[in-house]
Amino acid sequence: MITLKEALRKSREELDRLRLEIEEKARESNLNAYIDFSKSGDGVPILIKDNIQVKDWTITSGSKILQGYIAPYNATVIENLKANGLSPFGRANMDEFAMGSTTESSYYGVTKNPYGEDRVAGGSSGGSASAVAGGIAICALGSDTGGSIRQPASYCGCVGMKPTYGRVSRYGLASYASSLDQIGPITQNVEDSAILYDIISSYDPKDSTSSNLELIPTAKNLNPDRKLKIAVIDNYIREASSDVQNTYKIAIEALKSEGHTIIHKEMTNTKYDIASYYIIATAEATTNLARYDGIRYGSRVEGDNLQETYLNSRNQFGDEVKRRILLGNFVLSSGFYDAYYLKAQKVRHIIRDEFNKIFKEADLILSPVAPTVAPKIGSFKDPLEMYKSDMFTISINLAGLPAISLPISRDSEGMPIGLQLIGNLFSEQTLFDGAMSLERAVNYI
Amino acid sequence: MFETVIGLEVHVQLNTKTKLFCSCPTSFAEHQNINTCPTCLALPGALPVVNREAVIKAMRFGYAVNATVNHISNFDRKSYFYPDSPSAYQITQLYRAVVQNGELFIDLDNGTKKRIGITQAHLEADAGKNIHDGDISKVDLNRAGTPLMEIVSEPDMRSASEAVAYLKKLHSTVRYLDISDANMQEGSFRCDVNVSIRPKGQKEFGTRVEIKNINSFKFVASAINYEVQRQIEAYEDGIYKDEVIQETRLWDTDRGVTKSMRGKEEAADYRYFPDPDLRPLVVTDEMIEEAKKMPELPDAKVKRYIEELKIKRVDALIICSDKELAQFFEEMLSRGASAKTSVNWLTTELLGRLNKSGYSIIDSPVSGKKLGELVSKIDSGAINGKGAKDILDVLMEEDRDIDELIESMGLAQISDDRAILEIIDNILSKNQDKVEEYRGGKVKLIGFFVGQVMKASRGSANPQKVNQLLRERLK
Ligand SMILES: [Zn+2]
Repeated sequence: MITLKEALRKSREELDRLRLEIEEKARESNLNAYIDFSKSGDGVPILIKDNIQVKDWTITSGSKILQGYIAPYNATVIENLKANGLSPFGRANMDEFAMGSTTESSYYGVTKNPYGEDRVAGGSSGGSASAVAGGIAICALGSDTGGSIRQPASYCGCVGMKPTYGRVSRYGLASYASSLDQIGPITQNVEDSAILYDIISSYDPKDSTSSNLELIPTAKNLNPDRKLKIAVIDNYIREASSDVQNTYKIAIEALKSEGHTIIHKEMTNTKYDIASYYIIATAEATTNLARYDGIRYGSRVEGDNLQETYLNSRNQFGDEVKRRILLGNFVLSSGFYDAYYLKAQKVRHIIRDEFNKIFKEADLILSPVAPTVAPKIGSFKDPLEMYKSDMFTISINLAGLPAISLPISRDSEGMPIGLQLIGNLFSEQTLFDGAMSLERAVNYI
Repeated sequence: MFETVIGLEVHVQLNTKTKLFCSCPTSFAEHQNINTCPTCLALPGALPVVNREAVIKAMRFGYAVNATVNHISNFDRKSYFYPDSPSAYQITQLYRAVVQNGELFIDLDNGTKKRIGITQAHLEADAGKNIHDGDISKVDLNRAGTPLMEIVSEPDMRSASEAVAYLKKLHSTVRYLDISDANMQEGSFRCDVNVSIRPKGQKEFGTRVEIKNINSFKFVASAINYEVQRQIEAYEDGIYKDEVIQETRLWDTDRGVTKSMRGKEEAADYRYFPDPDLRPLVVTDEMIEEAKKMPELPDAKVKRYIEELKIKRVDALIICSDKELAQFFEEMLSRGASAKTSVNWLTTELLGRLNKSGYSIIDSPVSGKKLGELVSKIDSGAINGKGAKDILDVLMEEDRDIDELIESMGLAQISDDRAILEIIDNILSKNQDKVEEYRGGKVKLIGFFVGQVMKASRGSANPQKVNQLLRERLK
């Protein structure tokens, strides 16, 4: 598949042909990455995760409860795409309401990994990553609340980037956890990632959490020759599988060969990240999802009275969503608020402080994305086991930092292994520079 | 003996152009669900943005009641399922409201003032409306997201009349500030009452009962009086613990009783937490400057009327209780009418006539300027009171030129000494016997002479002048 950089140089006729080719190829594919082939405009086709609103499209967040819902407006990122000659093309599969790490919770069924169809593509932006890595999309938009862009990119062998919280407008992104959600690009390489990031990032008065700090384009300023100080978190890597540990060593050598300085750091045990993440995310999610009641839109299942209609309609949520709604209600309920929610907020501050300390010395941090390669479909029997697989990604969301996952190597079965670089707040340029240098040094194929 | 303890929660609908978290208009809509957008419909992905105008209006209220206006406040989510609440949570301010620790002074009947504490005033979004139509219920979200300011008082009131005085003062304050239409019938000024009783001398509060659904000042008093009586009776009958529980009761206007809504809201756990879609609300210096621009408030006006215009305190309180009334009064003065005469002509003559014909001061057919002009004619002696009343009656029906009316109705008052003396001399010469009697000591006959002179002038002579000149002639 051609890159975004190449596609942006194509003529209108060439793009028309390209869209037909992509659609034909995607329809033949077994990956189940696309939910449908909705179109809007005629620029460079960009695959859109099913939780980003595109006017006149059916947008369902991978859920049964939103079947039939047609979005009446464009998300700000969609407006930004269109203003730059790109066009939303196809809806990407995802875990229901972005809750999951495998796309197995999607109403549309699981998305498969292009490197092994018995493997998951990851989640929640599994459709986006699988399509880009599987050669049936030039690039895609995903959303990342606790690793939902970076983890599937790592599983599928493509590049996934989560911008600094507030850099990309959330207006039009169906909220999962408002203080953690961020839309980002999933691409074939680092340069495309920077190009797409430049296009979608903007200050948006419609999003109160949007940042109005000056935006400087990153793609045209890319410089892989910058020499950076990169921190490695020694206690983190011990929690990863041996394949991931080996990959980590490869990356460190590659970074050294590029002339970067490696410094060693430790961070608080990831179990605190996981606990506070699942309290904050579910507290926010339980209220964000309360609007889906079948009264005004979406799929309603009538009952004999209002209470029953509520229960029947909301019973359309899948198990993982129900589990998180229950958890969120529990941690917010009277008498538990201080013990859970408030404490989790305190942990969040501690995590921020820890990162701040490291960024006083380092430009970037190198970290695993997931503890293993993509697991087999159906292999997560226990939700806690799945939650644990987020251990390397969620602290970045809690701290609001930008991070990029890129493929480094493969395991003995050929499954891709990615690592992530983490930047300080609003240091996307440094992040892309470092990622481009690492990409060049490891030369992943 | 028992003491009544009352606290009030008042919801004031702010008169902003747009809703609290979106740019939908708050104005009247021809049809249901017209004034809506993705945000106030709670569509997937839509986000709230705080309306600056609403914040400024809340701040202005804060400054008006000597409150702390917090430079940083927060919005919280309050969760509950109801069809007229599209997001199934209300955005409100629980943990840190924009306005805290204020006060309002009420005027008691004995002429003293009492301080009522205001715990806080916070911003929150209104819900939509459910319309029940036979078997089905419809939802109208035109009102959803309209800004409300909830003003929570301290439990500082000790009687229904104090509660009503506080409400009226609050009502006139928000009207003066022009931050709300504050119409109780239309629901832009809603009041919930918390009532408890305790034996006199007891420090601890009794069990607090909340009464909702009261839509007039009169019913506030009735509801409190009923509820206090109910609680006292329960206490005296020894069933206070069973009968008086912490609950919400509804005021039943038709039957004049409060009714328990037991079971309806008791299990509610609102699961408050900070709204992650909104950053803390930070107040800027420009906003403070804008919020501090405020008109003369009732207390200051009353003081000025008493001290500068030398108006009686009761009159000043009546006129200043209503922003429009005070405005009307000041328009009268602007036409040169004297304050003293204006008070009487406004509060007795005009308001009496308006009442009778079902008008309020806002839609009075006679303007403040017109009435002021009329009153200045009385002040100068150009017409007398009776003539002015006749003119006012005409003005109530149609807007006419006052000078023309005086002439066509023959109401010009004779204040000219010579003309009056001519009539007096004529009357005295016709009644020589009575003149003798008067001079002999029967001074009560002055009334007879005045009556005769007025009659002869067909009421157009200035009575004071007649009196004065008669006494001189009869010496
Ligand atoms: Zn709206």
